[in-house]
Amino acid sequence: MKPFAFARPGSVAEAVREVSAEPNAVFLGGGTNLVDHLKLGVARPDLVVDVRTLTSRETTDTADGGLLVGAAVSNSELAADRRVREHYPVLAQALLAGANGQLRNLATVGGNPLQRTRCVYFQDVTTACNKREPGSGCAAVGGYTRYHAVLGVPAALPDATAADTCIATHPSDMAVALAALDAVVHVLGPQGARTLPFRELHRLPGDDPSRDTVLGHGDLVTAIELPPLPMAARSTYRKVRDRASYAFALVSVAAALDVDGDTVRDVRLALGGVAHVPWRATRAEEVLRGGPATEHAFRAAAEAELAAAQPQPGVDGGNGFKIPLLTRTITATLRDLTEGATS
Amino acid sequence: MTDLLEPRAMGRDLVRRDGVQKVRGTATYAYETPVESPAFCHPVQATVARGRITGIDTEAAEALDGVLAVLTSENAERLASTDDAELAVLQSPDVAFRGQVVGVVVAETSELARQGADLVVVTYAEQEHDSALTVDHPGLYAPEKVNPSYDTDVVQGDVDAELAASAVVVSHTYATAMVHNNPLEPHASTALWDGSSLTLWDSTQGVHPDRKAVCTVFGLEEEQVRVVCPYVGGGFGSKGTPHANVVLVTMAARALPGRPVKLALTRQQMFSLAGYRTPTIQRMQLGADRDGRIRALTLDVVEQTSRIKEFAEQTGVPARMMYTANARRTTHRLAALDVPVPSWFRAPGECPGMFGPEVAMDELAHELGIDPIELRVRNDPERDPETGQPWSSRHLVECLREGAERFGWAGRDPRPGVRREGRWLVGTGVASSVYPTMRQAQSTADVRFEDGRYVVEIGAADLGTGAWTVLPQIAADALGVDVDDVEVRIGDTRYPIASVAGGSSGTNTWGSAIAVAAREFRGKFGTDPRDGDEASGQVDQADTDDEHATYAFGAQFVEARVDVDTGEVRVPRLLGVFACGRILNPRTARSQFIGGMTMGLSMALHENSVWDPRIGQVANHDLAEYHVTVNADVGDVQAHWLDEEDPYVNVMGAKGIGEIGIVGTAAAVSNAVWHATGVRVRELPVTLDRLLTALP
Repeated sequence: MKPFAFARPGSVAEAVREVSAEPNAVFLGGGTNLVDHLKLGVARPDLVVDVRTLTSRETTDTADGGLLVGAAVSNSELAADRRVREHYPVLAQALLAGANGQLRNLATVGGNPLQRTRCVYFQDVTTACNKREPGSGCAAVGGYTRYHAVLGVPAALPDATAADTCIATHPSDMAVALAALDAVVHVLGPQGARTLPFRELHRLPGDDPSRDTVLGHGDLVTAIELPPLPMAARSTYRKVRDRASYAFALVSVAAALDVDGDTVRDVRLALGGVAHVPWRATRAEEVLRGGPATEHAFRAAAEAELAAAQPQPGVDGGNGFKIPLLTRTITATLRDLTEGATS
Repeated sequence: MTDLLEPRAMGRDLVRRDGVQKVRGTATYAYETPVESPAFCHPVQATVARGRITGIDTEAAEALDGVLAVLTSENAERLASTDDAELAVLQSPDVAFRGQVVGVVVAETSELARQGADLVVVTYAEQEHDSALTVDHPGLYAPEKVNPSYDTDVVQGDVDAELAASAVVVSHTYATAMVHNNPLEPHASTALWDGSSLTLWDSTQGVHPDRKAVCTVFGLEEEQVRVVCPYVGGGFGSKGTPHANVVLVTMAARALPGRPVKLALTRQQMFSLAGYRTPTIQRMQLGADRDGRIRALTLDVVEQTSRIKEFAEQTGVPARMMYTANARRTTHRLAALDVPVPSWFRAPGECPGMFGPEVAMDELAHELGIDPIELRVRNDPERDPETGQPWSSRHLVECLREGAERFGWAGRDPRPGVRREGRWLVGTGVASSVYPTMRQAQSTADVRFEDGRYVVEIGAADLGTGAWTVLPQIAADALGVDVDDVEVRIGDTRYPIASVAGGSSGTNTWGSAIAVAAREFRGKFGTDPRDGDEASGQVDQADTDDEHATYAFGAQFVEARVDVDTGEVRVPRLLGVFACGRILNPRTARSQFIGGMTMGLSMALHENSVWDPRIGQVANHDLAEYHVTVNADVGDVQAHWLDEEDPYVNVMGAKGIGEIGIVGTAAAVSNAVWHATGVRVRELPVTLDRLLTALP
């Protein structure tokens, strides 16, 4: 734990200026992730800028029939919003599947997708971690990998000593739903306001595992926009975890399905707990679109998506089980949507 | 046989006397003790699993404004006794396990102490470490005794011959996971050394045992040390013996005479410094006749201890007395590893030791086509098979029968994997439980008549168990007065000596001492005492019985549901029936039983300290990753008990109840999951990956 300066500026623009001016500064939203990391020594900022009361706490209708959700809206509030429950049930369910009531009351829509990827070694400053300490290696390789990635990772046993190795997963449930819904992120940065597709917000480790997103220093998420998506009225979030509540996903599936008779007219599918990013299953979507809405086809699509999956060996049996688990969960989720069941 | 007290207050479901303070947040726990200008500690922990410290740079930490002291093995006081290696804190540069305390920073705030601890740079000459337990570890040895003083190996009869003569033999290896006690309140203390005496507010399961250990380690007289602990936020055994944190806070206080010092372990630190249950590997054989009568039972246990201090969990012990067998063998072998020191965890021995055998009984029942309850009934021994003594009371069969009735066991289809409700595969399971009824050798109670009321003082501990409430009930009946006229004071070494709250022995021991004190008081002063009249009683003056085998029994029933798509397990129903002598307070007792059963469910489905042998550490060392069962995992939890008064155990007729709830539950869960899915999970916890491949 390291002392830091704390600022609570009067406006969003001021907050962006303050963070931009200090290379080792961070924004503070709900703090449900950052405060843990401050205590553990994982995050060691010199300046913490509190934006909780600066961004909007409103969810407003957009002209095209979507929703604009202010970054300061809490996860609880968004989950309870009637419009979300009716038009984007996958999002409401994902929000309610995350954390617990107390944390959801604190966590913000702007902050939740920006929580760091989850890995016990990242959280423990006495072990090697390229994300926390670039170049130090990756203690997770061959370690406790139950919650680690199987998609977007190069090999079943990556080089633990390489500076670019990282097999952590993104833990947000909400983000998986947002990836499926083609949400749009509103950002205010040092160069002004811009938007980017939610699917492009997170990044694979690439050659720099220390960066979880494409945001630059001083970029502040001010709102998340949900475009109109009528088919999302029939959507669902299925989270599979080691206990019934208050646990990160082993795997999760966010899905929206539009079926015309026996044919899949359109589909949105995203996976959680399996990659460094909320994983949009574009390969499976392609296989499904225009094809039959049968369990067999759902399984085939899941297998197509997972063809490149890489199980990670580890001390507690590794995470190879995630591949059959994902196949089964994707298949079951789409099957249930076809049958009209929502859970 | 003893004359039982007439139960008037005993048996009533009185509310907790400490309940209001706890609900309102006014009950002060050790760390919250209001003191003037406290200083705060943060330990520095070893980052290698074995080695020797070659250098400690404390300069940056000491340079921090607000850091008061940095203690390491280079400058810490030399302790009077280092016989207990776990408590020989900062006495040597040797590192015996990763996470061991190698220093402590004391500062004006807890944040500064933590920052200071981060700044201490320790360099090591690292050595090869060995921290992985395997069933054939080359270093396996037979300890002299197992906890606390049971025989390591017991062989009765000709096991090989009986196995050969058996119509059916079930032979499997079972395993339970390493688990950490994880009470909600961490190990925490406030300590004040005034230059000649120590006051220690410590979260402990026994103020007197705590004081004794501190006196031994620091070479102090008992008069110099006062330990205070009115409330404990859970212990589950992990606060039954003091750990390194108690020595560390005392050391820090002695380095700053006159300054109160506080230390609370972080959740992560508790995974290295506060004890845990060893993983166990149980090789089990059950040989039986076609009619289910057991001919041979063998249980060979492999488990771990730390290289610096032995703790031998008595996992094989319950199998020695639970069921009939013509021949039997139980053994324990340990590997001493470069790991943190294991210790007591709720029902040491019985809890893991009833997993393998109770799953094996289920497997045997299936092999023989006999109902699992009936198999247990057929092997219910008339006398203790190990000692030949009669039971003081044994109503296991009644527990099984009543549980079956309440649970709706009758007509159960024994076939596994055939019941489906929607997306759920459904099954039911049962297992037996047992826990010895123990009384400790030493405890004293004082009874004093004061302002028209009876004040009872004894240094007992209430870990949330209900001692604050139940001891007055015993005292009231022993004195023959209304319970409202009795005040019991506990949790302070200023009161007479009391034994540890462990082994489910607290109520038996302290209650017996209180009953003696009440008898003495009435003998001396009659029924019309004067203000200030006082008498004392010791537990060793209470009637004892050496002629009987004294145990509590129980049976747990579980309905398990397994998601056919994902293998997720839910337990909508968990029901236990117990025979534990007289239940002194149904309200607090139910809480103990339900708490124990829920902890057993947690052991069955969730709790697993995942050991990373590459670095020698629990990988999932916080409560986000180390899963403890939550409300959503369990639906209807019920505890019931038989009307049992055991006249041989004590004048209350009561047996201990703090631990039996956890015993047997995990086996019942595993048995129910098998019944639901057809998958026999012999290694805990029962996680979905162990079921997935066998699901349709």
